[in-house]
Amino acid sequence: MTTTTPLLAVHDLHVAYPGKGLRAPRTEVLHGVDLDVRPGETLGLVGESGSGKTTIGRAVLGLAPVTGGSITFDGVDITNASRRHRRELSRSMQVVFQDPYTSLNPSLLVGDTLAEPLVAHGRSAHDARAEVAGLLDRVGLPRDAARRLPREFSGGQRQRVAIARALAVRPRLIVCDEPVSALDLTTQAKVLELFLELQRDLGVAYLFVSHDLAVVRYLSHRVAVIHDGRIVETGPTRDVTEHPTDPYTQRLLLSAPVADPAAQRARRERLAAVRASSGSPSSEAAA
Amino acid sequence: MTSPLSNMDEVSPAPATPEPEEQVRGLSQGRIVFKRFMDHRGAVIGIIVFILVLILAVSSIGLGPIPGWWKFSYKETPDIMNGGHPTLQLFPFHLGEHPFGQDRVGRDMFAMTMRGTQISISIMIIVGIVAAAIGILIGASSGFFRGKTEAILMRFTDMIIIIPSLIAAAVIAKSSQHLGGIWFLAIFLGFVSWTGMARLVRGDFLTLREREFVDAARLAGASNRRIIFKHILPNAIGVITVNTTLLMSSAILTETALSYVGLGVQAPDISLGKLISDNQAAFSTRPWLFWWPGLFIVVICLCVNFVGDGLRDAFDPRQKKFRLKKDKGDQRVAPAPLESPIDDALDGTSEAPGAGRP
Repeated sequence: MTTTTPLLAVHDLHVAYPGKGLRAPRTEVLHGVDLDVRPGETLGLVGESGSGKTTIGRAVLGLAPVTGGSITFDGVDITNASRRHRRELSRSMQVVFQDPYTSLNPSLLVGDTLAEPLVAHGRSAHDARAEVAGLLDRVGLPRDAARRLPREFSGGQRQRVAIARALAVRPRLIVCDEPVSALDLTTQAKVLELFLELQRDLGVAYLFVSHDLAVVRYLSHRVAVIHDGRIVETGPTRDVTEHPTDPYTQRLLLSAPVADPAAQRARRERLAAVRASSGSPSSEAAA
Repeated sequence: MTSPLSNMDEVSPAPATPEPEEQVRGLSQGRIVFKRFMDHRGAVIGIIVFILVLILAVSSIGLGPIPGWWKFSYKETPDIMNGGHPTLQLFPFHLGEHPFGQDRVGRDMFAMTMRGTQISISIMIIVGIVAAAIGILIGASSGFFRGKTEAILMRFTDMIIIIPSLIAAAVIAKSSQHLGGIWFLAIFLGFVSWTGMARLVRGDFLTLREREFVDAARLAGASNRRIIFKHILPNAIGVITVNTTLLMSSAILTETALSYVGLGVQAPDISLGKLISDNQAAFSTRPWLFWWPGLFIVVICLCVNFVGDGLRDAFDPRQKKFRLKKDKGDQRVAPAPLESPIDDALDGTSEAPGAGRP
């Protein structure tokens, strides 16, 4: 994955939300962002609250008002894609939202939720039902889950349902908008494991938005650090997280506590790896 | 710091199944609402009394060509007996010839009250259906599409609100006899009373359309129609149901008021309000002539209001509790509300109180 063409390329992206009232000035949230995600790769997007990381994900999905720049998916410009084009795009681009308690329709059976993207893309109801059983297996949920309501599941299970919905149409890119930050730590670890497994098996690319450095480090091939609507640093995960050049990234790294078991495990493994390859563990000690 | 964390490390990958299997057979939203509703004593009594009144009104004098069990019709004028006094006796129970008495020309008051009840309830139901349909349609489209659609529809709603329904009804009443009598009146009332429903539904749609599951459905490729009917409307059903019942009880009062001032149901037809207005002159001499219709108005309105109240409580998500089983004698512990916290504890998810990150 060194010189392949990017699956998703974002160039000089500006997003501004309209102000309240008729003449109110717009609030620019992103001031020229450049990103690219290669096929089968995970790009972690980290930043503090309000830095615009979620907005990037939403802009890619067509949910945020793009005011400048371009977004290219698989060589096609999708910056201002029409509704019909968006619908076609949804076959190859899907989303997992942050909060599994609001991202599933509480009054729709899990089976219907999962069948929705399939039916919307022209599959028959019968086919879709068969597919749903496979999807539930895929994400490690019991098959009878299809006949239940989201209310009957825990947060982790719901997030699995959301992931299964994103997987239903075999997309090439999944935008993950802080998919584990609403989950407790053990569940987080299991869901992250699932993300890794799915990428290994299906070759799907992730644009993984998170405020949690540990999570991003665990999952990403490359990391982009965003601060105040601008990308301040981007590069391979290890480079960015171990030898940050930008002062903001350094601050961000230092401010992350180490109480997450998943992160701790990842850290320990990496620490061992770093020690084995004679690197100095100096940046690790900082945390 | 390291020892508890490494302990967690050993624990987390161990369970084969990712999350605990919840053994409780889940109740659907509808079942839960039904159970909560059945636990609302007032609402259950309300709906039972309402059904009894409806059965009494329909079976006693019949409906249309179907004959009922009562010997008089509301059109006959039998001889006045005993000065038209009611013959109803409770102890011992005894209906007598004219349980609710007779009016000046000898018409049987029981038959007339039953006929009035039939008409009033039909008006109430038609108003409910018409107003709910228009209100949902306008509220849903303005809340979902927003922008120009919303501006136009909401200004239209404001316009309907400022039409004084009494004056409009006065105009309508004059022509209503040629246009189908009470049906026309009922549909007219429906056409002016949907405004509150439209505003409420719009409000609900505005909230729900911003929810992530709507975004997710759109990104899954769902059409607008599917999003409105499958994703948003079912989640607004509580507001709609409750508002419809309250709308119906106010419809019966509006109809009564209109009939009382002579603008509602017109002469050959009877409604409860019209019975009262017809007989108001006889207040001191024959008070029973409006006791009975008055009593029925109050009972019907109370019942509908209680049902609306019960529905509101049943749909209220903050009200979690309902009795699971009312079994004779056996005091089983209600399983469902307790199950999930226990499962969570077993899952180990709540075992790391110090591990939360800021």
